[in-house]
Amino acid sequence: MQSEIGSGKSIVAGVSEGFALVSSQPFSFWGDLDPETGKIINPRSNLFGESIRDKVFVYPRGRGSSTTSAILLEAVRCSNAPCAIINVEVESILALGAIVAQEVYGRTVPMLAVAEEVFHLLHTGDYLLVDSIAGKLYRKDQF
Amino acid sequence: MKLTDEEQGMIDGKYGKAVAMAMSILTKLGQIYGAEEMILISQVHIDSSAYKTIGEAGLEFAEKLADSGARFCVPTTLNPTSRDIKRWQEFRIPPNFAEKSRRLEQAYLRMGAIPTWTCAPYLYGVIPRFGQQIAWAESNAITFVNSVIGARTARYGDFADICAAITGRVPKFSLHLPQNRAGEVLLKLQTTSLINWDDDSIYPLIGYIVGSTAQGKIPVIDGIPNNVTSDQLKGLSAAAASSGAVALFHILGVTPEAATYQDAFQGKEPLQIINIGEEELLKAYQDLSTVEEGKIDLVIIGCPHASLPEVEQLVQVLAGRKVCQEVELWVQTNRTVYYWLEQTGLLNSLNFSGIKVITDTCILSWPLDNWGFQLLVTNSAKFAHYAPSMLQTQVVFGNLEKCVEAAVKGEVRRG
Repeated sequence: MQSEIGSGKSIVAGVSEGFALVSSQPFSFWGDLDPETGKIINPRSNLFGESIRDKVFVYPRGRGSSTTSAILLEAVRCSNAPCAIINVEVESILALGAIVAQEVYGRTVPMLAVAEEVFHLLHTGDYLLVDSIAGKLYRKDQF
Repeated sequence: MKLTDEEQGMIDGKYGKAVAMAMSILTKLGQIYGAEEMILISQVHIDSSAYKTIGEAGLEFAEKLADSGARFCVPTTLNPTSRDIKRWQEFRIPPNFAEKSRRLEQAYLRMGAIPTWTCAPYLYGVIPRFGQQIAWAESNAITFVNSVIGARTARYGDFADICAAITGRVPKFSLHLPQNRAGEVLLKLQTTSLINWDDDSIYPLIGYIVGSTAQGKIPVIDGIPNNVTSDQLKGLSAAAASSGAVALFHILGVTPEAATYQDAFQGKEPLQIINIGEEELLKAYQDLSTVEEGKIDLVIIGCPHASLPEVEQLVQVLAGRKVCQEVELWVQTNRTVYYWLEQTGLLNSLNFSGIKVITDTCILSWPLDNWGFQLLVTNSAKFAHYAPSMLQTQVVFGNLEKCVEAAVKGEVRRG
């Protein structure tokens, strides 16, 4: 069973599914994430110690360092990247990391920008299907 | 996107593989953000220059480009590398790590970059003018150059910077367009007895609040005195770009696109008005420190890289005293300031006081494991923000005076 949660704007096209990891706080890949483990290393983050590896990583918007692109690329290289990213606003710095990952490693991290109302419907532990080709987001009950 | 014949030729490989890849990445970026065409840029600042932060993936990317014969076609400056190039051993940087850093440095120099190795490229070097279209990366530098100088750059990150330097172009979007530079939210500083404009911690604190309250919008700050210095705005920019994604702010009566309220908002009304008072300042101050007191290991001055006047202030506050035996005090700066410090004799007096001046790098950009530092003190909100996660240390934020007292006494006390 899968039910549509809502639609969004495709930033990086692709289809992917996994468990959601949701934060209400803005996120900076540099400083908040260790790409070699996929874990969140910022003790001030509400996701401190969590792994984003293979998760659908959901947070409102970017923050901080412009090294976000490189950390995402390194996470992709180390197979520790999220399987998809959902933001309210996808910063160009983040999108660029995904474009380069496609270019260099041929791997896609689908990215979808959704409205605040849709964002608030997402919770950690939900099993999500992100289709950023069609710009749709689904919740799956069985997998 | 509408591309010129030359740009299409770039994608088609007329100018080689590196140019084709760079142009292809930039046009994809442009398509995502609805750019209709590319624009020419006349200088670039690259922040993908520290091996520690961009890792093996970044090293592979840069070396692959350099090996393929890629050349930067506009003046291109570089952010800090992952070591003090001359004195890395003195700072206990592991040799195998230093070697990786050297390879990355060489890759950029082979492509024709200028070895500035600084995160404050707007202070000394190749400085853009008002209105100039540029492509800068490094969050604090983006914010400073957009806001204080009024040059135009989007918030570029790693690889976009390199692609821009190779092609001399970026998508025409974001802050390159004047209509996207209008202020969106008004942040009003309430007059409070807590604000002492002579205290150097006030600007990073305000920046930290600006970043976290702007929520991705362009903030207009009201209430900052117009004799604010560039160094103070450096601290404000760096803090705002750490706690938020601020790439541009305006300060009424201070920054070049905000001579008047009308100018700052381009004739529109703010979406929101937010007051900043005593409560917010106190909270930011508390949030920036992870502990209130304790024996300290290291004091860091110069995040972003210290200017000459900032080092002179340090010497003044120190007033001939020496740093406590068990404590390190490091000043991070660039080679230009280092040279001036040598010339003026200030370097000797700093060294005599037990202070080390480190160039080309930032301690967030190399492994500090060989030092065993546990508690750091700094007057930089940016550094205080990143140290707990990047270095796994405790941190205390305070003004220059507090930093120097801590260095001399070997500890910080409450208050």
